[in-house]
Amino acid sequence: MNQTPANLLEIRDLKKTFSIATGLFSRQLTLTALADINFNVRQGETLGIVGESGCGKSTLGRCILQLISPDEGQVLWLGQDLTRVPAEEMRKRRADLQIIFQDPLASLNPRMTVGEIIEDPLRTLRPEMNKTERRARVVRIMESVGLLPEMINRYPHEFSGGQAQRIGIARALITEPKLIVCDEPVSALDVSIQAQILNLLAELKDEFGLTLIFISHNLSVVRHVSDRILVLYLGRIVELATGDEIYEDPKHPYTTALLTAVPIPDPKLARQRNIDALKGEIPSPINPPSGCTFRTRCRHAQPQCAETRPPLETLENGRLVACIRWREIEAEKAALAEA
Amino acid sequence: MSDYVLSIQDLSVTFALHDTEVQAVREMNFDLRAGETLAVVGESGSGKSQAFLGIMGLLAKNGRATGKAVLGDVNLLGMAPSRLDAYRGKDIAMIFQDPMTSLNPSLKIKTQLSEVLVKHRGFDTRKAEMTTIEMLERVGIPEPAKRANAYPHEMSGGMRQRVMIAMALLCQPKILIADEPTTALDVTVQAQMLDLFKTLTEDFGTSLVMITHDLGVVAGVADRMMVMYGGRAVEKGKVDDLFYDPRHPYTLGLLHSTPHIAHRAARLDPIQGLPPSLEHLPKGCSFNPRCAFCFDRCLEERPPLTPVGDEREKACFFEGPLQSKKVA
Repeated sequence: MNQTPANLLEIRDLKKTFSIATGLFSRQLTLTALADINFNVRQGETLGIVGESGCGKSTLGRCILQLISPDEGQVLWLGQDLTRVPAEEMRKRRADLQIIFQDPLASLNPRMTVGEIIEDPLRTLRPEMNKTERRARVVRIMESVGLLPEMINRYPHEFSGGQAQRIGIARALITEPKLIVCDEPVSALDVSIQAQILNLLAELKDEFGLTLIFISHNLSVVRHVSDRILVLYLGRIVELATGDEIYEDPKHPYTTALLTAVPIPDPKLARQRNIDALKGEIPSPINPPSGCTFRTRCRHAQPQCAETRPPLETLENGRLVACIRWREIEAEKAALAEA
Repeated sequence: MSDYVLSIQDLSVTFALHDTEVQAVREMNFDLRAGETLAVVGESGSGKSQAFLGIMGLLAKNGRATGKAVLGDVNLLGMAPSRLDAYRGKDIAMIFQDPMTSLNPSLKIKTQLSEVLVKHRGFDTRKAEMTTIEMLERVGIPEPAKRANAYPHEMSGGMRQRVMIAMALLCQPKILIADEPTTALDVTVQAQMLDLFKTLTEDFGTSLVMITHDLGVVAGVADRMMVMYGGRAVEKGKVDDLFYDPRHPYTLGLLHSTPHIAHRAARLDPIQGLPPSLEHLPKGCSFNPRCAFCFDRCLEERPPLTPVGDEREKACFFEGPLQSKKVA
């Protein structure tokens, strides 16, 4: 009967700031990287996180894994708040929560062999396993990710970007995690290799019953892999909905603007499209605009948008949107379509 | 009178390594028309950037370009750098992916840009600075007079790329070569830049060469395209023809590898295997180890680039329809 799968992860009122010293007599400035972050990650889904550079998407991924400590808020992993778990216990918990990084070669130790790199997490996280068992699992995982087992004694520099990313994926999978945060995992790869890695992630997700958080600036890629998509702007959630809802019926003006900016690999469609590019660039997160932070670039902005911060509203079907004018905007669009 | 502004004939680019030579570009031929946008598409190592660095005389010290690059009535290849400088920046300009590394960090924007006008067009400093500010406004930089006094690090990535474009356009070159100009930019800024390229080619009649790996960018801006693999052009033609009726299996593979925002496929259909090493290109067709349409002849003989229909060329022996057969 229960249609909605259980929440693996619940993020409550997460906030992260960084302090920045400027100038010779260092004035302290505060950069708000994330604020008022509330969302759930469901068992077995792929949640995409999109936004432009500096929107906080990587910081959010790292806060979830406790690689960065958030200032406030909770990260509930199966009900337990990870922000309060002592460091030693968190280390063990990392077997369940893994990460894959953007630059595959930079994230692999150049002085370790592929076998040692993939095996390494097992030494700390699965002390009960002996050497033979560990090696056997390394070989099995290498096969799963499409690496030949005879490559086990080679070093990372002998591999291409795509193969190096397979090593990174194998290292993340070896502890049999429940959740993997993929932080721009295909951005550094060529198109043909990117497609191979995206397919591999989809296969592995099915094979190992994984839940994925997929962070990327590439909306076409996120659309391809995600069940639900979270859109961030200047450290705040502006919209969260299923992939189809986001792409077919975006509610927030920022989501709409992002989508129209995505290049389409289809010349006729591309020519038909009236690209109404978003004006300007992201404001500084040190001194964000008052009220709605998107209002300075929003074509629908009204004076009241400067006054209050739009609350993250939960709509009937569970989708989230943070815009005080979305209903009016929708009505305007409908009126335009009729005219 | 031909309507070509640039004609590339048998261009090869070779790099000398300590005990061997690597050929990054082989026997490239193409003509660029006045006012058109040509996209050069390929993955890393396909030779797409090196070909144009070769044309511009900007190869690394161990690199050598042979063949001809005819601009008007002069051949740029083999020309002494001092003579090349009369054409570079003036008739043919190039911009790169990372604007920060192409701008001098210790000079004000105004200073680096007006220098170009003083050198190539003999303007005095005052006139050069005024023209610079006008051009900055033209490429969409707000408050251009104020921003002209800024240093590159004081600007965002998108603004810096606009500065680079302004700099390249100052002498109103006939040809602008843009090497992955939007790859480092956010998608909303990328859309602004592509829009700017379109307006500028229309306003100035500049021919644009867009070097890119992104088929989405190609579809939006280009008239014709050239697909490169392993240092060679494997397919050339009008953008619509190549997108809707690709004749080379590699072009087809690239299209199938590209996720499309408007329709979500369950699985992408990528090209298997890895791009070739330029030092060990396969015998016959370089693409044969990854090709689903490969047959005996492809393993022995290298397919030459041959005309197929209207302004199209392909380098492939397979004659059947590509679409019906799924790339395995």
